[in-house]
Amino acid sequence: MRSLNRRKKLLLLTVGMGVVFFGIYGLGILIPEEWVAGSFLSARQPPSLAHPFGTDALGRDLLLRTLKGLSVSTTVGLIASGVSAVIALLVGIAAATGSRWMDGAISWLIDLVMGVPHTILIILISFAMGRGLKGLLVGIAATHWCSLARLIRGEVLQLRSQQYVAVSRKLGKSSGWILIYHLLPHLLPQFFVGLVLMFPHAILHEAAISFLGFGLPPEQPAIGIILSESMGYLSAGLWWPAVLPGLTLVLLVLLVDNLGEQLQSLFDPSSAQE
Amino acid sequence: MKGTLGRLARIFLTYSVKMITVLLAVSALSFALVSQSPVDPVQQYILGFGTAISPAQRAQIEDYWGVNKPPVERYLHWLSELLQGNLGESLLYRRPVADIIGERFLNSLGLMLCAWILAGVIGFTLGCVMGMYRDHWPDKLLRRMCYSLSSIPTFWLGLMFLLMFAVWLRWFPIGFSSPVGLLDEEVTIGQKLYHLILPAFTLSLASFANIALHTRQKLADVLNSEYVLFARARGEGQWTILRRHGLRNILLPAITLQFASFAELFGGSVLAENVFSYPGLGSAVSAAGLNSDVPLLLGVTLFSTLFVCVGNMTANLLYGIIDPQIREVGA
Repeated sequence: MRSLNRRKKLLLLTVGMGVVFFGIYGLGILIPEEWVAGSFLSARQPPSLAHPFGTDALGRDLLLRTLKGLSVSTTVGLIASGVSAVIALLVGIAAATGSRWMDGAISWLIDLVMGVPHTILIILISFAMGRGLKGLLVGIAATHWCSLARLIRGEVLQLRSQQYVAVSRKLGKSSGWILIYHLLPHLLPQFFVGLVLMFPHAILHEAAISFLGFGLPPEQPAIGIILSESMGYLSAGLWWPAVLPGLTLVLLVLLVDNLGEQLQSLFDPSSAQE
Repeated sequence: MKGTLGRLARIFLTYSVKMITVLLAVSALSFALVSQSPVDPVQQYILGFGTAISPAQRAQIEDYWGVNKPPVERYLHWLSELLQGNLGESLLYRRPVADIIGERFLNSLGLMLCAWILAGVIGFTLGCVMGMYRDHWPDKLLRRMCYSLSSIPTFWLGLMFLLMFAVWLRWFPIGFSSPVGLLDEEVTIGQKLYHLILPAFTLSLASFANIALHTRQKLADVLNSEYVLFARARGEGQWTILRRHGLRNILLPAITLQFASFAELFGGSVLAENVFSYPGLGSAVSAAGLNSDVPLLLGVTLFSTLFVCVGNMTANLLYGIIDPQIREVGA
């Protein structure tokens, strides 16, 4: 292993984690719906070789349901955090390059969104959209952009005061040209790292809102729904529907979180060569 | 001292203006969202009766509620009633929303206060330990733990505690804020606290990582400073330095940060209260949303915004007292 330096090792680890993540994701999508439907004969079985996660009250295999649920949650998380990150990029650039008036208005808007607890705001949006997938996506996308937008605003303000930007301006380049050729290349790593770091939050919020009953419809195999169903059987001593799917969710979130941190240290010039 | 007071008054005024605009905007926004909802409020109201009514009676209700008036007019009407303290009547509980919020907020406040103090104390202590042992194994271990904890969903953590301590070990009750089958007057403070421990602990675990990491960073900055180097040269021990130089510099910022975290606290309490069937605002708002109880939903939204704003205002005022840089900008 001596031929590999730290950066290469980190790169390999990142790629490995990415493969695991997309493996879980693909597996969940590929599992056909019919496999998940179980029979009442095999209801409420504790974990065994045939059903590693046990079965739920309707006899469905919980491992399959969990994998399927994770891929649904991942899709929701990916779309919502993607939209949210794009909003953050646009808002951040607008705040930093626009007039002072615009900056003040955006800072007020951020205060507004941060002023309502996110759970409550997502419940409201989901209620307005008649619950379901759409409300969930809009709700999560509308609440997660604030901190990244602030970060990007700061970054743009700092970049704008750089000399090469001033030189470029003196050479007669337009603001749009400077934005595309000088600012965006610096912002893109920030954007992607912000996106990956936002993603676990989005998944956690998705699970929480589905758990409360505002997210996906109950027949969907989302993690939040499995866990909220499991709550009813908890006092009867059925531990596996609550423990194992939740644990899988935590592991997935930890995986993505680590992935984000590694991408950050790979992209960040000050730590990239460590 | 007069300068300090003047500055604080200025912060208070600016923030109050901001708070009022934010509250107004939230009221308009949430009203617009709710009127977008495909759920028919009149239908929900009639469903609550449990009997069928004639179209004429339905039209009468619609007329009384002003359902067919333009949204702006309805909003202004609602807002004027709101300013007089009338939040409307809950469809779900058939009582004035203000009463429900007042009653449930007391329960929630108990829960959130316990969790808030617990999170602050645990977080600050762990942060101090991490800062003192920076880059040694206690720091690495605790830091890993803090990062991992923020990846664990609050409600799942609550479920696990419920399973462990209530179902298997039977140390704690499985839910509610008081024993089943007792009247409100018969419940003692001790019983209430006993029912509070598990949800409060869950809620605090969900939020202490932030404060711990912040305290660690601040303490590390302090320990790297020249006055600490001088103190070391004078022969002060690690813990004396922490007591004399560390705590003074990091305690107030930590408290400020705690005040600024009211939004997460409230959001977490919605989940914790639902897991533990705790009768607070959080379980009321999810019940309101699920049962299309619009007045209650709007009331709790506004109330939670007010709650967060008060926390932020306190944080801003504390910043004004402690941070010399902000002090100069303000002056």
